[in-house]
Amino acid sequence: MVVPAGYYLLLAAALFSIGVVGVLMRRNIIVMFMCIELMLNSVNLTLVTFSRINGNLEGQVLSFFVMVVAAAEVTVGLALIVNLFRLKASTDADDVDSLRS
Amino acid sequence: MQSVPLLTLLIAIPAATAVVVALLAPTARSAIRAVSLLGSAITFAVSLLVLARFESVAGFQLQESAAWIPQWGISYRLGVDGISLFLVLLTTFIMPLTLLAGWEQSERIKGYYACLLSMEAALVGVFLALDLVLFYVFFEAMLVPMYALIGIWGSANRRYAAIKFFLYTLIGGLFMLVAILYLYFASGAQSFAYADLLAVSLTSTEQALLFVCFFAAFAIKVPLFPFHTWLPDAHTEAPTVGSVVLAAVMLKIGGYGFLRYSLPFFPEATQRFAPILLALGVIGVLYGALVAMAQRDIKRLVAYSSVAHLGFVVIGIFALDPTGAAGSVVQMVNHGLSTGALFLLIGFLYDRTHSREIAGYSGLLRAVPVFGGIWLFVVMSSIALPGLNGFAGEFPILLGTFQTVPWAAVAAVFGVILAALYLLWPYQRMFHGPVEGLAVGLRDLRLREIAIMVPLVVLILAIGLYPKPLYDRVNPSVSAVVADAIQRADVAATAAAAAREGE
Amino acid sequence: MSAVLAASEGVVPLTRILTAPGGSPVDLAWLIPVVPAVSAGLLLLFGKRLGRLAAAVAITAMGYSAVASTLVFAFLGSQPEGGRTFVRTVGTWISAGPLQVDWSLLVDPLASVMLLLVTWVGLLIHIYSIGYMHGDERYPRFFAYMNLFAASMLILVLGSSFLTLFVGWELVGLCSYLLVGFWFENRDYATAAKKAFIVNRIGDVGFMIAMFLVFFAFGSLDFAQVLPEAATVLGAGSVTAVAICLLLFVGATGKSAQIPLYVWLPDAMAGPTPVSALIHAATMVTAGVYLLARTSPLWALVPEWGLLVAWIGVITALVTALIACAQRDLKKILAYSTISQLGYMFIGVGLGDQVAGIFHLLTHGFFKALLFLAAGSVMHAMANRTDVWGMGGLLRAMPITAITALVGVLAIAGVPPLSGFWSKEEVLAAAADTPGAQPIWLLGAIVAGLTAFYMARWFYLIFLGLPRWEADADGSVPHPHESPPSMTLPLVVLAVLSALGGLLNINPETGFLHGWLEPSVQRYAGETPFLAEAMAIVLVVALSVVGLVVALLAYGRRWTRPAPSMGAAGAAQRAFYVDRFYETVVMVPGWLLAKGLATFDRLGIDGLVNGSGRATQRLASVTRRLQTGFVRSYVLAVLGGAVLVGAMFFGAGVGW
Repeated sequence: MVVPAGYYLLLAAALFSIGVVGVLMRRNIIVMFMCIELMLNSVNLTLVTFSRINGNLEGQVLSFFVMVVAAAEVTVGLALIVNLFRLKASTDADDVDSLRS
Repeated sequence: MQSVPLLTLLIAIPAATAVVVALLAPTARSAIRAVSLLGSAITFAVSLLVLARFESVAGFQLQESAAWIPQWGISYRLGVDGISLFLVLLTTFIMPLTLLAGWEQSERIKGYYACLLSMEAALVGVFLALDLVLFYVFFEAMLVPMYALIGIWGSANRRYAAIKFFLYTLIGGLFMLVAILYLYFASGAQSFAYADLLAVSLTSTEQALLFVCFFAAFAIKVPLFPFHTWLPDAHTEAPTVGSVVLAAVMLKIGGYGFLRYSLPFFPEATQRFAPILLALGVIGVLYGALVAMAQRDIKRLVAYSSVAHLGFVVIGIFALDPTGAAGSVVQMVNHGLSTGALFLLIGFLYDRTHSREIAGYSGLLRAVPVFGGIWLFVVMSSIALPGLNGFAGEFPILLGTFQTVPWAAVAAVFGVILAALYLLWPYQRMFHGPVEGLAVGLRDLRLREIAIMVPLVVLILAIGLYPKPLYDRVNPSVSAVVADAIQRADVAATAAAAAREGE
Repeated sequence: MSAVLAASEGVVPLTRILTAPGGSPVDLAWLIPVVPAVSAGLLLLFGKRLGRLAAAVAITAMGYSAVASTLVFAFLGSQPEGGRTFVRTVGTWISAGPLQVDWSLLVDPLASVMLLLVTWVGLLIHIYSIGYMHGDERYPRFFAYMNLFAASMLILVLGSSFLTLFVGWELVGLCSYLLVGFWFENRDYATAAKKAFIVNRIGDVGFMIAMFLVFFAFGSLDFAQVLPEAATVLGAGSVTAVAICLLLFVGATGKSAQIPLYVWLPDAMAGPTPVSALIHAATMVTAGVYLLARTSPLWALVPEWGLLVAWIGVITALVTALIACAQRDLKKILAYSTISQLGYMFIGVGLGDQVAGIFHLLTHGFFKALLFLAAGSVMHAMANRTDVWGMGGLLRAMPITAITALVGVLAIAGVPPLSGFWSKEEVLAAAADTPGAQPIWLLGAIVAGLTAFYMARWFYLIFLGLPRWEADADGSVPHPHESPPSMTLPLVVLAVLSALGGLLNINPETGFLHGWLEPSVQRYAGETPFLAEAMAIVLVVALSVVGLVVALLAYGRRWTRPAPSMGAAGAAQRAFYVDRFYETVVMVPGWLLAKGLATFDRLGIDGLVNGSGRATQRLASVTRRLQTGFVRSYVLAVLGGAVLVGAMFFGAGVGW
């Protein structure tokens, strides 16, 4: 039996929401990153679903772009986190507040 | 088309000299000073050429124009008429004397002289510009060197004074910018040139609002009560050369702006708001004088005296009488000479003692008689003693004002008594009496200092005895401006009355 | 009213202005003020190098002016009556719009008479100064200022318009400031100079407003265009004429030291005595009288206000005469006497008998200058002491000074046949003849008696009796001796003039001055005496004699001592506390106002400016709280923004 497209969209929306809440609520930087990944992947799912719905490949092609950007972002981000940890000896996001006025 | 663009030279030579000075080595003191003095002297010579070529008629002469940013209607237009001629001459005349006064400066003289020269270029540009954006550019451009002069080479409280001066004048300028842009868009002529914008027709509400915007810029510059409080701080904290240029030239831009822009562009609004401006002028005369009497710092006292003197100028302009307005233009020149001379003298004193406190001196007339004599001479000019230049400007202002607005003239005439009070009191305190305090052991004026004062003294006496050459050239332009403003206001008033009748 | 306005036989002044034949003294009249001015300039620049020679330069300049003035006078005399008014233009001065004023001179009988007074008396005083200022370290500077003063006064007298007169008017004020404050190391003298200048300036405000009104009504400030047209443009009793006249009088009260602006003159005695003689006796203070005489056509339109002028004159005369009776300083007595006699002159011109006023101006110039110079001679001999109670018996030591001083005293007391008698009688006759002015006559007579009294007191205490002086704080005792000839010669000349000056106008109707001045002034005095003339004259002379005798009895004895100064005499000695009054009512509140406004400016207006700066800073610190530095709040902000943008797109697509 074919799963109706709507369920995929709902799943993606749920994943996205979990990701957003996770970024806002969690203090550990690594967990925040994982949530961001979650958001990106939920968007990928949405894109593929719409590609299925519309019957063309545009969504799937775009999701490749998203994956590339996610990869790059993760690389740079993890490098930053490692340096930050060396500086502050903590992975708490709230400890990074030197831009506070 | 045939000859050298004299007016552009008047702006370009000081600017180029400033650049040259900026490129010299910071330690080449003699070279820097010589180059600066040479540049300003050449500028003065060129301005004398302009004077020679000037004819005593109304309208702009020696005009030069070139396209600048044609897509936005901005052009490069310069011109001189009876109102601006002597203000330009005042600027180019005072600048070499000012540079000489700063001769002994030893810190960062490259910047010092570069600032003065670029200010000269900007000031001359303000008086010559015939395109409103060009005018605005020069108007704002002179703020930066003055800010630097006050902020870097000034006295103890210089940061505060410099920021205050800069922001206050800048805000006024911003109001004016809005008004200029409005004129541009309302004109439909797509041009910022003076002549084009003059032809724009405006409703009386528009006129009133635009007048207020321009008023903001010029009233702060005059300075008109109650927008004057930046001046005492600027004057006390500025170095001598800054004070001289500020008092002698920069303050004239306010009066010039009223005559050049407010009256011709907004005649109805001028008539409507004239009583307010006259009242502010009268208040300035009396208030400035009274506050001056209570000062302990001599430069602050002279700053408030400028408020009082320029109150007369504003009264003369807004009385809308040709005698009064002509007197105002001449008085602007006179004030520049007298107050410039006074600040130079204060500078000589400050160079020796580093104190501006009136109570610290006594018996200066005995200790340094030449200095004291020249000071008294300049004070008499400020008091408007007949025979000296102050009277040749102030009396026509008062007489002319009386013909149209008697109450303002009668109120302002009491300022004459107050002027004697606030100038003779410190003179007596500092110069009369036994030699005590900081006056002990002072050296009298050196040759350089006498050389600076002599041209000023000669001019003060000459203009006082024979102001005809000035008035001959000023009268046609000023009468035209005033008559035009009155006539256009009357036409508009009758049209409005007719419209009301028709309803 | 019409009884007050007598028909004047002569023409309205200045209706006939002539061109003199080329090369006449009138053409060179412009040199009369210019030569002393140039001399002053030279002395200011090169005085130090000239040293003692400075006096010679100054005297030569004054001599030139004196001779030139005499030539002008003679020339005018040689012209037919009615053909003695000339205007000469030297150059354009101000031409601002419709205001056109030239540097031009008006040479007419009135001006010529003033010229003679100023130049000749000035010359005598310059000569006197050689001896008096001998040894002063700023000797050349003194002569420079004196010349400058002479030049200024001559400009005043020769000015052909209100404005040129005003130039001289203010310049003499400047010279008074310079000369009264000549010994400026003394703070009190410097203050006196400043007071003189400022009080004069207050009067000048009135003069300036009067000029504005004149221009408003006539479109010109030239005497030749205003005075002949006064009646046609303004008309009798016009409010504008009243305003102009009263404002001119305000200026005159400042310059000529009448109530309420007389307070500077006694203090001005701080200057060297030649200054007091020249400026504060003979010339500068008479400028107000001259002004009123010159503008007589305007006053003729509003004679009832001229009556007010006469009243102020006589009240001033009375008050200052009383003050003079109680003073101890020999120069202050003369100062108050000057104010008092100026009051007489204003009675004359106020009531419309300008000839009487000018006549008294001339005779007063002679005897008051004489008295001041004599006082200077005494001070010179007494090591600059001024207290009359510290003198006495100087007749023996300084006979010339004493005798010439006696001539002066008798002249000012109005003892016939000296000059003061004739001029005073004429002034009082004008009061007697004018309906409504009889009280003025009475008060004037009383003042005559008082004048005789205090002047005799002055003389007796200085020159008669036994010497009363004591040693100084440092033990030095003055050894009085007669002054050098440079000082006594002017005294003698002035004494002769004081004695014979009456010849100028012995008979009010047919005297020389009466006819001479007729083309220049418009007389409007009354002609209805209330008392037989002879009786009036005798009464006044009698009062004067009474004054002389009373003074002799009180002060002429050998062992005379000062009375304790309490009660009315004490008040008079302190000049009725007028100076204190001005200080408390005008100066102190003025100072407080200035201080108050300065504080208002600093805290109020500047407070607003600084306050706007502070408000901006406070606003900034509030908005600064958005910058928490926490990544998570930034993320929330990004999210919020994204939602907003998304909603906008969504809404646009849906068509909100």
